[in-house]
Amino acid sequence: MELWYAFVSHILPFAWVSHGFMKNALLAVLLVGPMFAVMGTMVVNNKMAFYSDTIGHSSLTGIAIGVLLGFQDPLWIMLVFSVFLAVAISMLKLWTTASTDTVIGSVAAIMVALGIVLLSRGGGFARFSKFLIGDILSITSGEVLLLAIALGGVLLLWGLMFNKFLLVSFNQSVALSRGVPVRLVEIIFCVATAIIVTISIQWVGILIINSFLILPAAAARNVTSNMMSYHIVSIMITIFSGIAGLLLSYYWATATGATIVLITALFYLVTLLLKPRLA
Amino acid sequence: MGMTEIFENAQEKSCGLCCTKLEDFGVSIGKTEILRDINIHIHCGELTALIGPNGGGKTTLLKAILGEISHTGSIKFLDAREQKSRKPVVGYVPQRLDFDRGAPVSVMDLFAAGLSVRPVCFGYSRKLRERVSAGLAHVQADHLLERRLGDLSGGEMQRVLLALALDPGPNLLLMDEPVSGVDTGGRELFYQLVFNLRRQYDLSIILVSHDLDMVAHYADRVVLLNKTVLCTGAPAEVLTSEKLLQAYGQLYLETRAQKCLQPNIVGGVPV
Repeated sequence: MELWYAFVSHILPFAWVSHGFMKNALLAVLLVGPMFAVMGTMVVNNKMAFYSDTIGHSSLTGIAIGVLLGFQDPLWIMLVFSVFLAVAISMLKLWTTASTDTVIGSVAAIMVALGIVLLSRGGGFARFSKFLIGDILSITSGEVLLLAIALGGVLLLWGLMFNKFLLVSFNQSVALSRGVPVRLVEIIFCVATAIIVTISIQWVGILIINSFLILPAAAARNVTSNMMSYHIVSIMITIFSGIAGLLLSYYWATATGATIVLITALFYLVTLLLKPRLA
Repeated sequence: MGMTEIFENAQEKSCGLCCTKLEDFGVSIGKTEILRDINIHIHCGELTALIGPNGGGKTTLLKAILGEISHTGSIKFLDAREQKSRKPVVGYVPQRLDFDRGAPVSVMDLFAAGLSVRPVCFGYSRKLRERVSAGLAHVQADHLLERRLGDLSGGEMQRVLLALALDPGPNLLLMDEPVSGVDTGGRELFYQLVFNLRRQYDLSIILVSHDLDMVAHYADRVVLLNKTVLCTGAPAEVLTSEKLLQAYGQLYLETRAQKCLQPNIVGGVPV
């Protein structure tokens, strides 16, 4: 961390980076951005936007369980809960004949309602609004380290399993004929998505976390034609929007997560307009 | 049995040293028995067409061979050189795919994902690129290497999927109505390619098809399936048998005969 502080002070001699919290936030943004960009590419390819949204919203119940059990920082309980939920949704999809979006939609509704009921008991819900909106400026260096580990985990997962993810998202029977254990790969991907979303939720915010996961990839796929450029463009969009959003929110005194998401949305709109010309 | 023996003799000169055997193969989902007592013997270098009425279990049989659905009985591959049986390497060409046409996946991405360990998003080696290009050339699709999957025509997509299924060389190639919804030109080209490739790659092919004229032209052998194997033999035999009539119903065959002039069915069979 000391190295990072010195580095930032040296190459960015601006007023905004003189605050320690801004240095932390900048690093956090540079870690969360690429992590979401990479994860988002396959979430979008697998048409799992609704699923990741559900995981995000369900963390309300995760928080509530953590609070009820008396934890100061409910993150670990939230993680256990979201992994449990990810596996449960995968199983539910296999066992019921109801369509996937019905299953996922019902889980989301139940988890949000349950979370709000538990957290609002005694009228104290306002305390938890930081989870709704996200507060990246309050991130500590220890928490930044956790994000760095998570990013490392995603890259490792991509290194080991990306080709399998791609085959399964293309066609399950083709993947199976090439010896890919389809169900297992799907569950691993669901669990990984759940972990990444949950780790980042208090910095980005429940309400907008899914946009930050989906929009960069959705924008990138409008203007790319293979997996390498898809990843590169997606990562570049998150890095640019992350830095720009952090700066704008500093000067405008707005919520950082939402400001970043607005900029990625701008990218999405622009690529949408470019799309017919490139195709 | 006589029919099968004649047929097997005819096959000996082509190759037929290795083969895939389905023995007492059956599939039940819940309490419903979908397939039972399936015994099929497929020699390499041979195109076996699987025909039968809708709901007769053709697709289910392929899915069971693929391992997507559990089954009873056994599937064995007998290699002539190894002299022992093992599970066959299976290639699969699906029906016209309903996939995400907006996904930025190139033809090369798809092949690299299936062939290499290195993650596709980090790029691919030149060697792999050459290998894929050569594979695509076999199905007249090497010009499609950099194309987005969503931009391919139906016929092009099926040829790409065929090339994918052929690398690494499978023992058994399964195709489930691979050209339904493809235009006539694309269909002819596809069948022509498969017909030639079966000898070149020494492939055992199981092809599900509703197109009985194509079957008559290109298949070495026909299996009529409706819950179990009703009839098996050379196209000329199966396509004129009583059982075909029973399985498909009088009306279906009459409409078909009117459409394509009957002599063609029997006379057009390659011997």
